[in-house]
Amino acid sequence: MPAPPTTLNPTDPPPPADDPWGGQSRASAVAEVVAPVLLALCGLVTVLTTLGILLVLTVQSVQFFLKAQVGVGDFLLGAVLKPEASPPKFGILPLAWGTFLVAFGASCIALPIGLMSAIYLSEYAPRAVRAVLKPALELLAGVPTIVYGYLALLLVTPVLKAVLEPLGFRVDQFNALSACIVVGVMIVPLVSSLSEDVLSAVPLGLREAAYGLGATKFEVSTRVVLPAGLSGVAASFILAVSRAVGETMAVVLAAGTMPQITANPLTSVETMTTYIVQVVGGEASYGSAKYLSLFAVGLALFAITLTLNILSNLVLRRYREVYQ
Amino acid sequence: MSGGASADHFRPHRRLRTLAGPIFGAACLLATLTGVVVLAVLMLAIVAAALSGGPEAGAFDVGGAARELASLLGRLVSGRQSSDPARAGYHAGVVSSLWLLGLTAAIGIPAGVGAGVFLEEYMPAGRLRRIIQTNIANLAGVPSVVYGILGLALFVRAFGVPGLALGPSLLAGALTLSLLILPTIVITTQEALRTVPPSLRQAALALGATRWQVVSGHVLPAALPGIMTGTILGLSRAIGETAPLLMVGAAGSLLRAPRGPLDRYTALPVEIYNYAKEPDRAFQPVAAGGILILVALLLTMNAVAIVIRNRFRRRR
Repeated sequence: MPAPPTTLNPTDPPPPADDPWGGQSRASAVAEVVAPVLLALCGLVTVLTTLGILLVLTVQSVQFFLKAQVGVGDFLLGAVLKPEASPPKFGILPLAWGTFLVAFGASCIALPIGLMSAIYLSEYAPRAVRAVLKPALELLAGVPTIVYGYLALLLVTPVLKAVLEPLGFRVDQFNALSACIVVGVMIVPLVSSLSEDVLSAVPLGLREAAYGLGATKFEVSTRVVLPAGLSGVAASFILAVSRAVGETMAVVLAAGTMPQITANPLTSVETMTTYIVQVVGGEASYGSAKYLSLFAVGLALFAITLTLNILSNLVLRRYREVYQ
Repeated sequence: MSGGASADHFRPHRRLRTLAGPIFGAACLLATLTGVVVLAVLMLAIVAAALSGGPEAGAFDVGGAARELASLLGRLVSGRQSSDPARAGYHAGVVSSLWLLGLTAAIGIPAGVGAGVFLEEYMPAGRLRRIIQTNIANLAGVPSVVYGILGLALFVRAFGVPGLALGPSLLAGALTLSLLILPTIVITTQEALRTVPPSLRQAALALGATRWQVVSGHVLPAALPGIMTGTILGLSRAIGETAPLLMVGAAGSLLRAPRGPLDRYTALPVEIYNYAKEPDRAFQPVAAGGILILVALLLTMNAVAIVIRNRFRRRR
């Protein structure tokens, strides 16, 4: 009895053109070539964004230095910022000081609180508690910054006034301390979630070894787990500072726009970010020296945050303890 | 135990050690709770501020407060910008923000997902890819106001070239926001693609599928829930942004809601900012109500993201 004929027999006639086994259609052959090109273009956009930022900031900053007749040294070391005066004075130091004050104050609040909540979440929290608290902190990270700014006006500044004014301190409506507090609260979730990731990645064997030697939970947390995850914790600290430096809306509503170098955190200061927003929102005409100055300030801001981000990456990579 | 001196050596500061543990644990718990407390205080204070404009109700009259809140929000969503706090509303801002959401999604998502797919599935590992990867990580850390500067010079002014400048239009705002969320979308896309097992790709390739067929037919569908979650979170960040939009010309006062991508625009957070810095306390309920609308919008988006993530987890 002869075998039933199969369609895959080499002697069969060739299949018709619309047969699914008939190989690639023209359209899919085109897609095969075009798709990677389109995707590569999308990838190119990310590179172009960086180049665009650099180009815009440097070109316009050079224009600013030419137009305003300000030397780079005068700009970077000038202690007076009065774009309206004649001759106008463009010194970035008051802005740098305001930025430093807010970032420093915010870090003083956020770094300890963030680190301690990271330790709690990774070492102490029972699983059920952690399952509730971690999403809550993530939710806090998703709150828009304008909300924090409004909170400063609505709650923080009035509370500061109520507490400090009876003690004889004058509290301005816009003040740096209020900005420090809201920005600090804002970056806590960043510190805690990044640090917690690193701490819970420390291998269990390390903890068990320490417990086996008779260490208490406190000692395991602070002398074994924390040092093992130190690079990640430091990286998260640097990232948080960078975020505080770049924060705009919370600061503009809390700290106001008064460029001055003062050690008193109860008065208004101006940061680099708020200066940029304030220049655009004001009457400075397109192409004027004041208008162009925002690009120079932006370049300085970009340089600072980029340095911090790169530093954070380096710390993370260079000092990482590798466990097999 | 023999000899007191040597036994002491083996239990140094025993009382201190047993005391320090619980104290430290309690302090850490307190620190963690500050976040949750802040969230609760934040919402309570804002709801209270939103209600502060209405008639004085009893502190425990929850039903009355809820009714009043609903009527306030209804009024705010339909009302136009006004210098009269009793009539001020966010109509133009809500419409503009929804336009921005749609346009940003239409521009930012394809570009971001495309870049992620290219880096993960097509680009050979090497020096160039490492550089691009570092570049994207650094872009994610650039302050949003710097993106605003970029958008101002590139899209709004086009370096002074008159034919290309978009002016302060919705499209300029959406392009700026797209660049802003691009790194987030690229990174989450790559992470989602990495969770797709290599065996899936190998199986498809072994059956004779081409590279694009593998990517479009098998890898992308498998990674889609993860990509969507990250994308929605990125979009919700874009909707809450204020600073870059202030830079690229979101108008402080806009009476008519935009009708097309080239119209002048404003945004919900920008309007909130304008009402919030108003010194007149009568604007307090308006600003607080605007924040409630914004938070409701964001919570809806986040909830959608969480639902997608959970469905995905159950199926695996």
